Amino acid sequence: MAGNKPRVSSFSRNFTAASNTISQIPGLKHGPNGTMFLSSGILDLDKILGGGFTLGSLVMVMEDPEAPHHMLLIRNFMSQGLVHNQPLLYASPAKDPRGFLGTLPSPVFSKDEKSRDRDAEQEKGLRIAWQYKKYFDEQNSEFQRDEKSEYCNDFDLRKPLERHFYSGQQIDCIRLEDSADLTTFHDRCSSFLSQTPRNDRNITCPGRIAIQSLGAPQCDFSDKECNMLSFVRSLKNTIRSSNAVAVITFPPSLFSPSFSKRLQHLADTLVSVKAIPDEDKELAKLLTGYQDMVGLLSVHKVARINTQVPTILEATTFSMKLQKRRSLILECLNQAPIDGSSGISYASSGSCTGSSKTGALDF
Amino acid sequence: MHPYSIGPVTTMDVQVPNLLDDALGGGGRVVLIEDCVETSGAFVLHHFLKRSLSPNSSDAVIFLSFSQPFSHYDRILRKMGCNLVVRRDNKRLLFFDLLMLNSLGREEEKTSEDLLLSLYEKVHKAVEICSSPARNITIIIDDVSLLEVAVNCLSNMVLDFLHYCYSLTAEFGCSLITLNHEDIYSSLDKSSLILQMEYHADVVIKAEPLSTGLATDVHGQLTVIDKGLGGGVCNSGKICNFQFRIKDNQIEYFYPGSRT
Repeated sequence: MAGNKPRVSSFSRNFTAASNTISQIPGLKHGPNGTMFLSSGILDLDKILGGGFTLGSLVMVMEDPEAPHHMLLIRNFMSQGLVHNQPLLYASPAKDPRGFLGTLPSPVFSKDEKSRDRDAEQEKGLRIAWQYKKYFDEQNSEFQRDEKSEYCNDFDLRKPLERHFYSGQQIDCIRLEDSADLTTFHDRCSSFLSQTPRNDRNITCPGRIAIQSLGAPQCDFSDKECNMLSFVRSLKNTIRSSNAVAVITFPPSLFSPSFSKRLQHLADTLVSVKAIPDEDKELAKLLTGYQDMVGLLSVHKVARINTQVPTILEATTFSMKLQKRRSLILECLNQAPIDGSSGISYASSGSCTGSSKTGALDF
Repeated sequence: MHPYSIGPVTTMDVQVPNLLDDALGGGGRVVLIEDCVETSGAFVLHHFLKRSLSPNSSDAVIFLSFSQPFSHYDRILRKMGCNLVVRRDNKRLLFFDLLMLNSLGREEEKTSEDLLLSLYEKVHKAVEICSSPARNITIIIDDVSLLEVAVNCLSNMVLDFLHYCYSLTAEFGCSLITLNHEDIYSSLDKSSLILQMEYHADVVIKAEPLSTGLATDVHGQLTVIDKGLGGGVCNSGKICNFQFRIKDNQIEYFYPGSRT
């Protein structure tokens, strides 16, 4: 069978030649099944997805109609690309997409910043048993933070990206309002992607496409659901054969359920963000660290390129927190300990690991 | 150990019987696979692809792919012990890469009807070529919902196309296996497309997530509804229900609760 042909089987694939070229390109690393990962710009999200966004995949983010949490994901994704000197295409229904570039966060480089949470943990001294898992995770992430600081940076959301990151690179900004029909927009995406062709021998610098709020009412095409589907389908297939990742956010609440499902099926990786109400007493009682949370992030689908095995995550819902008001972190939800006075035995609250709680709190 | 739980398969070519094959029996003529966002049913397609291309037979497969490029299937099937490149060279697999069919900004002068007509002509020709030494032919359409998008969401035209394909199954005795996403059509006015597809299918296979949530060792459950044409375990309109775990080289099927 497989041995009859001179074609190299997947078992003996030699990566040495390819990895040499890759090691020169920052922001890429090998994943399973001959795929490559590109950092999402959020360390925890990379970790959750098993390494980052798969090169050649389409990432869809379902927006919350009430809060702009998807912007956090888009900003980090774009910033990371600029830090790695990767070409970027940004499209938005806003009046001035280029102005948005000024809000991109700046990377944190200094070493002492990186070890800050570890110091914080050590100061606390006492570790409480029901949270031990959280601590293990953080130690691991700490380790990765040092090891792969090149692959994914830490971003300070309060500091704007410095000027020199914008210079000398190609940034396309597109107003979705102007693109009356999606064909011209698609052509621009295609010509952008044609600069980063997929070629096994010679891997070029990967490109990033960020499309914010596709199908928002400002766009002329927002009522042409089929056109949008055609666009996303074409973009997905072009992306697949090029060296790039596209992140598209869309407001599912504005669309018909069937259209929204179609978009979800088109996504390789599907993520949704949700705001949490400010004063939800019940949630506050249920979760630790509720005050620090800004929202919840759910991972619905992880890209399955070149494989049929689904990635089963330990937890699908994560809390988005702003650590020290500047860097975005994702954490498993941690159930708060039950009040001793309430008299509920530990048996009922015994399941306090990350995965089991998400079941109760599946948003 | 449950009789159906399979250990590691050492010989690639040996087809180990499993619950899905048992449920299908001789195999339906027209099979519809339905899945949803949470649980992809693509692995059932891979299963059929491997079964039809097994080295013991000379069956041919005509694969219309709207969702994935050839390399994707090639990698998956190779791990399952089936080399698609060799099969393609042997003319046992005719792979149509239709990812770019009617992409935006291309072939604008062509109407959707023309596209579907020329596509059907291609399929018809392929079936004729394959059937010159009489053998079983399987037509696989990976993702009817994407075919719909490719023809500007004119689902009636897709239905016509599928009707022509159904007629091929009668004319040449070939099988037709299609994948579609059920949750797209689950709104109140259920589309006639999925209803008619379900009506025409001899076997409907539904892939759903576990109602109890995600688990690392159980990836979902399959419901096989056989309308009673094949000789399977669940013929005469029975419904088979079992769970599965997807691995790289095989898929484990088992009855709920039979795994320790």
